[in-house]
Amino acid sequence: MKVGRVVGTIVSTINIPLFDSQRMLLCDLLDIDGNAAGYTIAIDVVDAGEGDTVLILDEGTSARQIMGREWGAIRAVVVGIVDQLAIDGELRDVS
Amino acid sequence: MQLARVIGTVVASEKVAGLDGVRFLIVQPLDKHQSPKGDPLVAADAVSMAGPGEIVYFVASREAAEALEERFVPVDHAICGIVDQVHLGLEP
Repeated sequence: MKVGRVVGTIVSTINIPLFDSQRMLLCDLLDIDGNAAGYTIAIDVVDAGEGDTVLILDEGTSARQIMGREWGAIRAVVVGIVDQLAIDGELRDVS
Repeated sequence: MQLARVIGTVVASEKVAGLDGVRFLIVQPLDKHQSPKGDPLVAADAVSMAGPGEIVYFVASREAAEALEERFVPVDHAICGIVDQVHLGLEP
């Protein structure tokens, strides 16, 4: 899994049926120093909002398991909102 | 999934089984501010209605093979939706 930060949302009316009624978040992927290093578009299942530091699952089979499906073109899912992050015993800012 | 802009189309009459009727588009991957990033690539159009100039999002790797109506076809990038709006609330 990856740590990311929600920076935006994607609005899409024409999409594959799997994504109907799903909230799509644009998330920066964070490096060890908390800086943005690329981004991904992920489905939201925890009601995360812009500015939240989140846990992003980026693996297809687990993503399908969360969505309760045996197949489907889904891979990145926001699966948690991070409250605290400590690296080498040092707390990092997650606000 | 990543953002991309459709910049062209690909026509191929002779294809492997399973790809009949699938549209292929050339897409330019974009960063979150919709500036080009990386090299263009060919993606299957799973929504069947994306066209040149449109912003789309695409999925890569094995998941792309599950986006089309016929599953597990040899596809490595697939367009899963057309973007109406990218809202970057916290960005300047």
